[in-house]
Amino acid sequence: MRWELDPSPSPRKVLLTYALFLGLALLGLGLLFLLYGVPPLKAYALLLSPLTDTLGLAEVMRRTIPLLLIGAGLALAFRIGFFNIGAEGQLLMGAVGAAYVALFLPPGLWSLPLMFLLGGSLGALWAGLAAWLRVRFGVNEILTTLMQNYLVYYLVVYLVAGPWKGQMVFGFLYTDRFPPEAQLPRLGDTLVHWPTLVLGMVAALGLQVLLFRTPLGFEWRILGENPEAARYLGLKGGRLILLSALVSGFLAGLAGVGEVAGIHLRLLEPAQISLGYGFTAILAAWLARGRPLGVLLTAPLLGLILAGGDALKLSLSMPFRVVDVAAGLLLLSFIGAEALSRRRLVWRR
Amino acid sequence: MEEALLRAVLFGTPLLLACLGALLSERGGVVNLGVEGMMALSALVAFAVGLKVHPALGVLAGMGVGSLLGLFLGVFAVSLRANQFVAGLALAALGLGASGLLGKRYEGTPLPNPLPEGMLAVLALILALGLHLLLSRTRFGLYLRSVGENPKAADLFGVSVDGVRYLALALGGGMIGLAGAYLSLAYRPSWTDGMTAGLGWVAIALVILAAWQPLRAILGAYLFGLLFFLQFRLQGSVPIPSEAFAAMPYLLVILVLALSGRARAPKALGQPFDRGR
Repeated sequence: MRWELDPSPSPRKVLLTYALFLGLALLGLGLLFLLYGVPPLKAYALLLSPLTDTLGLAEVMRRTIPLLLIGAGLALAFRIGFFNIGAEGQLLMGAVGAAYVALFLPPGLWSLPLMFLLGGSLGALWAGLAAWLRVRFGVNEILTTLMQNYLVYYLVVYLVAGPWKGQMVFGFLYTDRFPPEAQLPRLGDTLVHWPTLVLGMVAALGLQVLLFRTPLGFEWRILGENPEAARYLGLKGGRLILLSALVSGFLAGLAGVGEVAGIHLRLLEPAQISLGYGFTAILAAWLARGRPLGVLLTAPLLGLILAGGDALKLSLSMPFRVVDVAAGLLLLSFIGAEALSRRRLVWRR
Repeated sequence: MEEALLRAVLFGTPLLLACLGALLSERGGVVNLGVEGMMALSALVAFAVGLKVHPALGVLAGMGVGSLLGLFLGVFAVSLRANQFVAGLALAALGLGASGLLGKRYEGTPLPNPLPEGMLAVLALILALGLHLLLSRTRFGLYLRSVGENPKAADLFGVSVDGVRYLALALGGGMIGLAGAYLSLAYRPSWTDGMTAGLGWVAIALVILAAWQPLRAILGAYLFGLLFFLQFRLQGSVPIPSEAFAAMPYLLVILVLALSGRARAPKALGQPFDRGR
């Protein structure tokens, strides 16, 4: 008895496999809720509760923005074979860039564009460093981007506790409030900073077109699907990887700008800026199966889980780690279903 | 000086154990990026059992949880032939999340009868030597290496590639679980969310630095232990912000990886094995 590749699984089989794995993931999550001492059904209801009112929906949308921006870039990077898992750090770099412009340059009409430009560039630089190390020295980017997350984390702590600590705040670890020119407009009373939302949608669409309608996208796809063939065709793999890393880092940087300029209006402790967007966006990108446009669907879905996690945290005083659990289980169920649906069981050796 | 060396060894011990665990499965061709989460969850279970029953049993429980998580990863990475890197990352998130969630009730509870660190440090050394002998002198070691280098050939000679990989993940998971148990039962006999503090990731990098050799892992782990100690010792006595010291190990990992980036990895590392492909 063994597994064999199934070249053309029927849609019914694919659907059943995904349903099976999703069920298993929900079962696992329910088990953990039980172990924690909460009835699973009540927890699930809370997880979905943001869907029931406008305030909750705004919360979902607010969480969707960074996931959209980061996820679109990661979908591209993953497709090319650059496993950028440092979006968390690149986001923080973007926040640092935005804070620098907001706090230390004279405010004006140029403030916001300049914040996006510097924040995005710092994010790109941070991802580009990992890509350069991979291309030049053969260093696995999963480990470097991960280590870089810790490096920026401490950089931000240093900045908000040290040289950039606000003149007006006492005892708290954050900078002064950004001037009005450096704040992003929001939708009504919500925390939805809409210019960033628009940027995210444009990014997803733009990258989809770039990837599937341009010569560069064609080279990218060849490199991602068959590095051997790419080498045979004389494609400059290093340059292509570097470019995809820069794009994904830039977008993660923009997400960081959005968080500080649209929500917190200051630079603050790193754990409060990101709320795990970098990791959750990996999931959004993976669920989108390497299609940047697919993130328009998966980002809101994960935004719902993040917002639902908030509801769990508030009404059951559950640690925020519950989101990590849900994300991990979802990711496992998804890759498991993908793998299983492409295989069939054969009763011979 | 003696104190520095002792602290280096004691701090290097969880790194060594986790590194050996990851190294074992990598020699068989399976990348385990779940180490951080596996350590966190086994640290919690070890602590819970250690608190309610006995620390020695806690060690066993931690190792058991590590092994189970290793087998769990095997379901995805070996049987389903899913992307090993993504499966490992998901396991890391799952382990960290589950431990943070379930460990909340133990936060702040001290362990009344912690285990001696020295004993476990010696055990880690013995395990490193044992793993070296296992890899170089035994039939299983030969099978494991051949499965990591050339699974197709191993399969032709009748070695069960999947079976060997599962066994390596279970044994390695046990060592990673022991690393977690060491943290919560001996090194810092208590439980806090995030107490693994990135050690699991450093351990994965250490596998590369050690060039997949258990004996070199000993040196690497103690070297990192010494650096952690120096970082702790120098804080406050030199005009450098403490955050720079805290960031040092991670910077060092990047540097070390850059220097040893092209070290020779097992040829089939990270690739799922499919007969007939």
